[in-house]
Formats: sequence, structure tokens, C-alpha cells
Amino acid sequence: MEDTIVILGGGPAGMEAALSLAGRGHKVYIVEKTGSLGGHLSRWDRLFPQQEPAQDILEELLNGIRKADDKIEVIYNAQVQSVKRRMRGLEVMLSNQQLLLVDALLVCCGFELFRAERKEEYGYGIYENVLTSADLEDRFKNRKVLCSDGRVPERVAFVHCVGSRDEKVDHTYCSKVCCVTAVKQACEIKELYPQTEVFNLYMDLRMFDRYFEQMYHKAQSQYGVHFVRGRLSEVSETADGKLQIKTEDTLLGRPMKLTVDMLVLMTGMQACAQTGELSEKLDIKVSPSDHFFETKDLFLKGNYAHAKGVFLAGACTGPKSLPDTLQDARSAAESIHRYLTD
Amino acid sequence: MKDFGFGIKKSNVIDLDKTDWTFLREIAAEEPSFLHCFFCGTCTATCSAGKYTGFNLRRLQLLIRRGQFDEVAERVSECMLCGKCQWVCPKGVNTRHVVTLINKKLHARKIR
Amino acid sequence: MNWEAKKLIWKDYQKEIPDDRYFYVRSCIRQNFWPASEHHFLKIMREDLGKDVYETEHHTTCGGIGYHCDIVKVETVMAIVARQFALMTEAGYKNYAVSCITSFGLYTEIIHTWQTFPEILERTRRQLKEATGREFEIPEHVAHASDIIYKLRHEIAAKAKYRLVNQKTGKPLKVVEHIGCHYAKMFPHKGVGGAEYPYVLAGMVEAWGGEVVDYPERRHCCGFGFRQYFVKANRGYSLSNTHKKFESMEAFKPDMIITNCPGCPYFLDRWQYVIAESEGKTYGENGQGIPVFTYEEVAGLVMGYDPWDLGLQVHQIGPESVLDKMGIPYDPQAKYKGLDGKDIGKPEFPQNIMGCC
Repeated sequence: MEDTIVILGGGPAGMEAALSLAGRGHKVYIVEKTGSLGGHLSRWDRLFPQQEPAQDILEELLNGIRKADDKIEVIYNAQVQSVKRRMRGLEVMLSNQQLLLVDALLVCCGFELFRAERKEEYGYGIYENVLTSADLEDRFKNRKVLCSDGRVPERVAFVHCVGSRDEKVDHTYCSKVCCVTAVKQACEIKELYPQTEVFNLYMDLRMFDRYFEQMYHKAQSQYGVHFVRGRLSEVSETADGKLQIKTEDTLLGRPMKLTVDMLVLMTGMQACAQTGELSEKLDIKVSPSDHFFETKDLFLKGNYAHAKGVFLAGACTGPKSLPDTLQDARSAAESIHRYLTD
Repeated sequence: MKDFGFGIKKSNVIDLDKTDWTFLREIAAEEPSFLHCFFCGTCTATCSAGKYTGFNLRRLQLLIRRGQFDEVAERVSECMLCGKCQWVCPKGVNTRHVVTLINKKLHARKIR
Repeated sequence: MNWEAKKLIWKDYQKEIPDDRYFYVRSCIRQNFWPASEHHFLKIMREDLGKDVYETEHHTTCGGIGYHCDIVKVETVMAIVARQFALMTEAGYKNYAVSCITSFGLYTEIIHTWQTFPEILERTRRQLKEATGREFEIPEHVAHASDIIYKLRHEIAAKAKYRLVNQKTGKPLKVVEHIGCHYAKMFPHKGVGGAEYPYVLAGMVEAWGGEVVDYPERRHCCGFGFRQYFVKANRGYSLSNTHKKFESMEAFKPDMIITNCPGCPYFLDRWQYVIAESEGKTYGENGQGIPVFTYEEVAGLVMGYDPWDLGLQVHQIGPESVLDKMGIPYDPQAKYKGLDGKDIGKPEFPQNIMGCC
């Protein structure tokens, strides 16, 4: 008998898990709250660490979903309304009044970007040339990164850890991908505009994964990016519309200021808005320390939620890079398959 | 001008708007490994001169990047060019060459 | 600059400010630096706006200066504050209006401490009772006096005779707003607009026709900083901080500065003279300096009070450039006459801070 699984969220984790489960012969519903698949991936231009076009990865995932249309059904513009437990499996009522009877449920609702406006002193939304890393990625798609007055920026600064490792916004964790994204984007600015001076303001550089350290080395030696160990304290606009920023050069132990034409805030990840509501409906746990979903353990049950038949994958269990998200999705599919065939 | 017995203090702020990067670029052009430093401090930990003077190669490399040449000039002659730092550097910085280049550039700019 | 985005932030930092029935406490140093400001706060509130504002001569210092200079212990300061609240309670008021920014910060801090640690509140109650026989209630609302003028800014605008507009060009005056550090930096939610983009003075400037200048060192200290100033050996730090602000605002060509703290207008005003004398550097048009006002003085000017009744002759930087722009008439001969018509003395170079050097 064919087992049925519902996946909540049609981002990279949901898509990759659907493909893995369909490949094992299961029937999969993807419930996507928007009108299209892809999640944050569809907004990105190129991916670290080797600048693969995000579009290529997304296309390959979408192609897979299209090819497996006998096994995978995508339900757009819908969310979970209520969940009832049955003898085996779950009864999932959707917001479009569609009722799904499933054997297992996989949560892949991902993350949200930290709202940079919350760091008031960084002036996002107030000063036109303060962008987020996601805004910058939009501009990279057009191969044009210009100031609000149409000039090529002569100086660009990247601020790491915006909304991460910050008790003031109740995000005490590291978002993992911002450091490497900042280094990637710094290099991309230098590729576009070799004369532009680029500064990266970091607390720690967390170049933890394969090829990351090489990127950092390249940013220093090939592109001459300036790395400053210090966190931004405040931003303000000068009379000629530039941005004055303040930090400490913590390696010299002296305060520092500089004026830049563009400031890029590396916004971190936060649990998506529906986490609390979903946790109640599914009777699963949320970590009080970072507000992401909690898994049964961090080792052998890393995709199991604290409720029978409910699984978790991707950045809904904490910040993850795209490769980690995809692997986590495949691992969740494996866990679900074992659960169903046990 | 009147003397009130107090006056405007010299600012301790490094102003990167006034930083001269030609010094950095000249050294990097002749010794590209200068750009590799990630300020781990192994050089300073092993340095013989630094045990008894204020010499700190990690700091000097950073001061050049921040345009603080006076402090560089004050300290650079304390290096004895023994090369222990080069031996331990995890990033392969040719430190002895960097020190001699710093001296050369300081002289050329008449800072020393 | 996107003002709409700032307004979104301001929305998060709105406090409840009653518009009537206040127990008013004066500031130690404002009574000396700018005595007419507090006088006009009361006059505008009572006579122009018909509000009930009570004050008593039994009110004392809050102890804030001693506290911030590390010479008065917090327990002592709490007892002093408790006594002020007892005076309010005895007079039958529940809303507390504070003239001084440091007092406002201190009241906020102490109330927060009492609410967090009820045993400390009980100790203070006991100590006050033992020492004075008095009992007190914590005010329902603590407002800085600038909060109240902010709250009533549109009522004032409706009665205004003059606006913060250059009468010759028709353009709004460019106004630097400077908020005292203790207003919102310690408790951002107790200040209108928060600590990063305070709205309390900006709201007055907007309502009265001016344009607020946001310059890079807007958040920087005025240079008072208690210990920076009181010891002569440290005074250079005070001067340097003021200098830093003026260097930063200079490029924006502000017409005037509005403040809500006792010390800020004093240092922003007086240090312009010291910088001129010791460095030869002046700010403002023609080296005349940038006039600095208290918010009560600005409210008084737009309401049509005589500039000399508002005490503007005690400013180091003459206010005439702003009066001329706003089209406010004044009698130059009367500038240095007291209320009794007698000469109150005048500076050696009244019109130009550069005249001296």
C-alpha cells in the first residue's frame, strides 16, 4: 500500500524531501503558502562558496517535481488549519478546506530573514543606501549595484551578525550563513567595481565549511577587501548623503569611524512566524533559546519532532546553509521511510 | 588665543576617511603575502624582541592597514629580523621581507 | 532620508502623557541657567492653556548631580525622591512633571528599581517614615516637562503668533534637536520616540513649522557629562565632545538648536564662545554662532512672548539672527535691562563671539 506524506513548505527542503520520498514510492503533498515553489532560494542570485547560479539549483529541483507529478502534488496558497490524530497517521485540514489523510507529516517551513528595521541604530528603511544582504542579492541579478542617486559606490561596508548573536533582539544564536555570504558579496562587489573599497565589519569570521576559508583568503589577497574586527554601533547620514559609521577596531583597541556610500546589513535567520501556531496544532516543541522547532535529539533523531509521525527538516530547526538544508531534507526522507516501513 | 587651562583633546578615533592606503598597496605589490595575515598573533607570541620591547608584528601589520604610520615608525626598528615569526606563520606571510619593506617605505616617506 | 520609516519607529515608543493636573518639580541648575524657561513653562501651561500645574517651595534637589558624581549613595537619593513623591501625594496629585532630564532619568530608574525589588521600596518607605513621618505614593505618570509641551504642541501651534519659518525666504528653519542623555538612553520606552530617533523635540519643531536636522553626531553627548565638567582637569573632554558635535552639524547649516536638558543648552551655548576664543573657530552664519534654546523658550517665541522676558539675553550666542528670520520684533535697547528697568550688565562683545579674538 502506498503511504502518503504531507510536507509543509515548498522551499528547497520541502522540494528535496518530496523528491526523495517520491523516489521511494510514496505519495507526497506539498502545501505551499505562497503561489510558487522555491522559498528564499528563488530570491538569490549566486550561491556560496563557488558562485553557482541559484536559478540552476532551483530549476533542477522544479524539474524533478514536474517529472514526478504522478507522486507529488503541490497545493498552492494553502496552510494547515487543523490537525487530528487517527489510529495511524493524521487528518490534516487545510485553509482551502481540502482534507488530507496522511501517514506522516514533514515540517519544512524554513526561516524568515531578520527584519533589519529592528536594529534602529542601523537606519534600515530610513537611510536609502542602507541595504540588507537580500536587497543586494536582488541588485546582483541585474549586475548593477548603484547608490540611490545612480552613482557607482566608492565605498561599501558589510555588517556581519545583524540580528544574530544579539540579546537585544532575542536572537542569541549564530545564523551560520551570514559570514560566508558577506565574504561572497564583498568579492562580487569587487568583481563588478574593482576600484570600490570594501569593508567587512565582523565579530568573528565563521568560515566553517568546505571552501569557505579559501573564499576568505581570496577576498583578502585577490580583492583586497578590508576586514575590520568590530561591530557596528550606529549609522547616520552626512550632509552629502553618505553614511557615517562607527565601530571599534578591536584588534587595535581603538574606536574607528568611516564614511561609506553603501552599507549592507547581513540579516540573520529567525524562526518563521507560524512556528508557535504550528507547534500547538502539531503538539511539537519549540526551543525556548532560539525559537526554532526542537528535534528529538541532535544525533540519531535529528529529524524527529516530539510527536508521533511528525518530522522536521531544513532551517525550521535552526539556521542552515543550502547544502545542509538539502542534506537534512534527504535525511528526513530516510527517517520517514524507516518510520513508515518499520 | 586665550588659554582657559583646558582645551580640545586629540581624538583617539581612527578615521578611515583619512587613511592613506598607498603604503599598504606598495608593500602588497612587492610582497603579496602581506595581504594573507589574519591577525592570529602567532608571530607576536614567538617573537624574541616582543618579550622585552613593545614590538608586535601583528599590530604593525594592522596599523599599516589603518594608516597609523607614526606608531609603526616608533616600533619597527625593535625587530631583530631573526625570522622565527616567518617559521610559525600559518598563512605563509614572508614576515622578514614585510619588515624590511616597512622600513624602506617609511624612509621613502621620511616618516623615519 | 525617509521620514515615514522614522515615524514607524516612533509608533513603537509612545508613552501615555496626561494633558492636565501635574505636580511640577524644578531643576536645580535650570533655575540658575535659564530661570525664565521654567517660569514660562508654568505661564504657558496655566495662563495660555488653562492647565492645573502645582508646585511647592518645599521641593528640594533630587540628588542626581551628587549621585552621578559618585558622592551621594543611591539609598540616600531614593529617600530624597520618596520625599518629593510624598509632597505630591500630600498635595493630592498623581501626575509628576519634571523639569530636569537627569532628575527624570533618576525618577524613572528609581521607580523601576522599586517595581523590580519591592523590598527596596519597603525599605525606602520605612526610612522616609522614620526620618520625616511622611508617606508617599508612586506617581501614576512621570512626564518630563518636554513630554507635556510635546503633547500640547498642536494646541500651542494653534495659538502661535510666529512660526519656525524664515519670513524672507518662506523656508522652514533648520533646527538641530538635542536630547539630554538621561531622557531615553537608559529607558528608551519612557521617552517619546525612543533613544535612537527621539521625537519629543522633533515633534515640536515639525508642529511649529521648522525642519529637523539629522546629522552624524546627533546622538553624541553635549559635553556636560557631570564629571567631565566639574573637575577642571577633565574639562577638556567636555569641550572636545561639544566641539565634535559642532564639527558634525556645521555642514548642515542649522539656524538654531533646541534642547530639553539643563546642561545641554548651557554647554552647547557657552562652549561655542570658548572654542572661538581658544581655537579661533566659529559656527553659524558670519561667525555669529548657532543660537541654542530651551524648548520653553522656543514655545514662548512662537507664542509671541517678548524675547527678553524669555531670558534670551542670558545666552552667550545672541538669539537675534533667529528672531530676525522668524520676524519677531524686539527692542535692542531693552536687551540688558532687568524687569525693574535697571541695567543688568552686558558682555564686552554682545553681538559677535569673534569680536573678542
